[in-house]
Amino acid sequence: MGQELKVIVFKLGSEEYGIDVDKVETIERILPITRVPKTYAFVKGVVNLRGVVIPVIDLRGRFGLPETEPTDQTRIIIVNVEDMQVGFIVDSANDVIDLDTDVIDTPPEVVGGIKAKYLDGVARISDDRLLIMLNLSEVLNKSEIIQLEGIEA
Amino acid sequence: MDMNQYLSMFIDESNDHLQSLNENMLELENNPEDIAIVQVIFRSAHTLKGMAATMGFEDLASLTHQMENVLDLVRNEKLKMQDYIFDTLFKSLDALQSMVQDIMEGGEGKADVTSIVDNLQAIVRGEKPGAAAAASSAGASSAESTLKAALELDEFQQSILEQSIGEGHKAHYIEVSIREDCQLKAVRAYMVFDLLERFGEVIKSYPTVQDIEQEKFDKSFSLYYITQKDADDLQGMIMNVSEIGSAVVTPLDKESLVQLTSSASSQAAATVEAPEAPAAEAAQPAGAAASKPAAAPVQASKEAPAKKPAAGGGTPAPSRTIRVDIERLDVLMNLFSELLIDRVRLEQLAGEIKRNDLTETVEHMTRVSADLQNVVLKLRMVPVDTVFNRFPRMVRDLAKSLNKKIDLVITGAETELDRTVIDEIGDPLVHLLRNAVDHGVETIEERVASGKQETGTIHLKAFHSGNHVFIEITDDGHGIDRERVAAKAIKNGILTQEQANAMSDDEVALLLFAPGFSTAEKISDISGRGVGLDVVKSKIESLGGTVLVTSTLGQGSKFSVQLPLTLSIISAMLIKTGDEKYAIPLSSIVETGLIKRSQIREVHGYKMIPYRNSNIPIMSLKQIFDIPGFDEENEEETEIVVIRKGDRVAALTVEEFIGQSEIVIKNLGKYLPSVEGVAGGTILGDGQVALIIDPNAFIK
Repeated sequence: MGQELKVIVFKLGSEEYGIDVDKVETIERILPITRVPKTYAFVKGVVNLRGVVIPVIDLRGRFGLPETEPTDQTRIIIVNVEDMQVGFIVDSANDVIDLDTDVIDTPPEVVGGIKAKYLDGVARISDDRLLIMLNLSEVLNKSEIIQLEGIEA
Repeated sequence: MDMNQYLSMFIDESNDHLQSLNENMLELENNPEDIAIVQVIFRSAHTLKGMAATMGFEDLASLTHQMENVLDLVRNEKLKMQDYIFDTLFKSLDALQSMVQDIMEGGEGKADVTSIVDNLQAIVRGEKPGAAAAASSAGASSAESTLKAALELDEFQQSILEQSIGEGHKAHYIEVSIREDCQLKAVRAYMVFDLLERFGEVIKSYPTVQDIEQEKFDKSFSLYYITQKDADDLQGMIMNVSEIGSAVVTPLDKESLVQLTSSASSQAAATVEAPEAPAAEAAQPAGAAASKPAAAPVQASKEAPAKKPAAGGGTPAPSRTIRVDIERLDVLMNLFSELLIDRVRLEQLAGEIKRNDLTETVEHMTRVSADLQNVVLKLRMVPVDTVFNRFPRMVRDLAKSLNKKIDLVITGAETELDRTVIDEIGDPLVHLLRNAVDHGVETIEERVASGKQETGTIHLKAFHSGNHVFIEITDDGHGIDRERVAAKAIKNGILTQEQANAMSDDEVALLLFAPGFSTAEKISDISGRGVGLDVVKSKIESLGGTVLVTSTLGQGSKFSVQLPLTLSIISAMLIKTGDEKYAIPLSSIVETGLIKRSQIREVHGYKMIPYRNSNIPIMSLKQIFDIPGFDEENEEETEIVVIRKGDRVAALTVEEFIGQSEIVIKNLGKYLPSVEGVAGGTILGDGQVALIIDPNAFIK
């Protein structure tokens, strides 16, 4: 019997992803976003969260997935990772589930179009449901982003 | 007793006293005969010693005690201050400073100060009078001490003594001295009192029992005592207590008591007649209450004239203060920032709803919060003196090591700055001052040869102007040699000869701040000049300030630093371009205006517009920030904002002016890297974030 993990479940397209609930501060409906020029393309800008200015990332753009327009279901998940507050724009965030860490497997090279290094693992919740666990430190890793930008330029 | 809760207070107060000691020592150096300054120094040293002893920092207390011995001789006019005495005392202050520093860093404040103590003790011994003079002065001192104590007796105490003598008891005046090296004076004093209480009654002690218990006495105390025992017996008993240095027991009879009282009366009369004594004090009965307050005004009136000439502008009198943890002020500041945001939003709502009573309430709230804002901002303001106060000592030491004579004149030390700016500005000012001492002011020989006074002057001045604070460092040295600076800049590849020829003297002088100006290769005449100055400039500019230099060869130089009053709340012009709003700090805006597109011309690849008899560059905010939703080229006229950086200006095209507003500066979060041209963000009345433009980035 492994550890029990509580995760927030959100969707990008048809795939489901999980984030450790301890790292999540709040989930907000889409807020007015102020664009910030001359920064990463997937950074949509900054929002005002009760007096604090927080940068917002479109996770679709971060993972190279096709970007879409916000809908009524769109949410911003505010996380705190390594003393950084960042908002993730996701298609929806509907679920909180308890997860046994034993069911989390090492991810294959690519899952749902996302490279393995951004993942902590994959978890089969039921016969027809697969949860992709995100590695938030890697998602927010800036030095890699700089390298990517360098390559593209 | 848990010492930790008192440690930070001890450190704060120790630093205050050390600062006072340094300041007054420098003042005394200018006025060696002024005993009032010695008194001030003695009191600071004495208080510092008491605090250190209470906290258990023995080395600190011991060194301060040795200093006191020297100062005590000076204040009693048995010793005159001379250079070697000043030097020894300054070394003592340095040692005390390093001890306090050690305590701040968690140490025990120990240090090897053997040589300093030896010097202090030698000074004390060297001025000791001969045996006959010592005996005579001891006698006089004893008589004065008795008179002083007698002044303390009130009518009730005196009548008790007289009745006791009448009834056949013995009355004594006892003076007890504790040995110099005693570490537990209060305990020894208590043992003496305990002993005496067993054989009689203590009528009066000086100092009071409470003061003695708190060790608020130097090394001796005195008392009136009624007993059946003889003076010799009493002295023997007291001397049996450990660490008692001496005990003098003087028998009293009615005649000597009357005699003392008569002397006391004439002393009291003299006190009442003193012109400095306040009228209210004259009505008081004779005694300590009358004499002590009478002395204080005299002391104060002596100090004030001495301080004013030295301070120049005049230092404000010490006032009652309370220490507030800076974190609490920051919390208060943040709460106020939120209140400001809500105020702006309410103003907006009131405008939309158009209800008179709501509008009036919001207007009142606006006035109250504006007043509150001023108070909150003032709480964060700190006199620049907290940075300036270490400079006199620094300049003195530096000048001495270079064999120069330099006076540092400070004006405007009471000018206030935001604490965040104060915390950052100390190092740049140290650089500029060291530069002035080292390279600005000539040696004594050079000054005499050029017809100047031997002593050079550096003037450190601070003042407010609008929303800024200016700090100027002016020296009467040899100024900056334009040709040498230009030659070096050309050699280092900073500019060409043609560029140098086209520059004004002040522009050449600014090259001192250019990165790359200083190299390993040095021109002897200005060797070292410029080292660190590029760091000074970038630090000041990172605070939103500017630094300028003007100089006249042979007459001197002036470095001017301009700083914002505060870093947290600024006035800004809100503008709109396309769908986006931006805030431009008002301090960077020269003016706003309208310009016809036909006035824009291309010159050497740059777009220029006419402005005040010249041409200035014009830039498109839309293009710089890639703003969607605004087709600039089809406009026949366009709004512009003229911005300034130092003495250079440029124009920025925007679509629309929204208005002026006070904004709270927020950072954009740790995740985002610095964005060129963006200084931060702010939250507008509608709750949305607007970016704050950094105009410095647009003017190269």
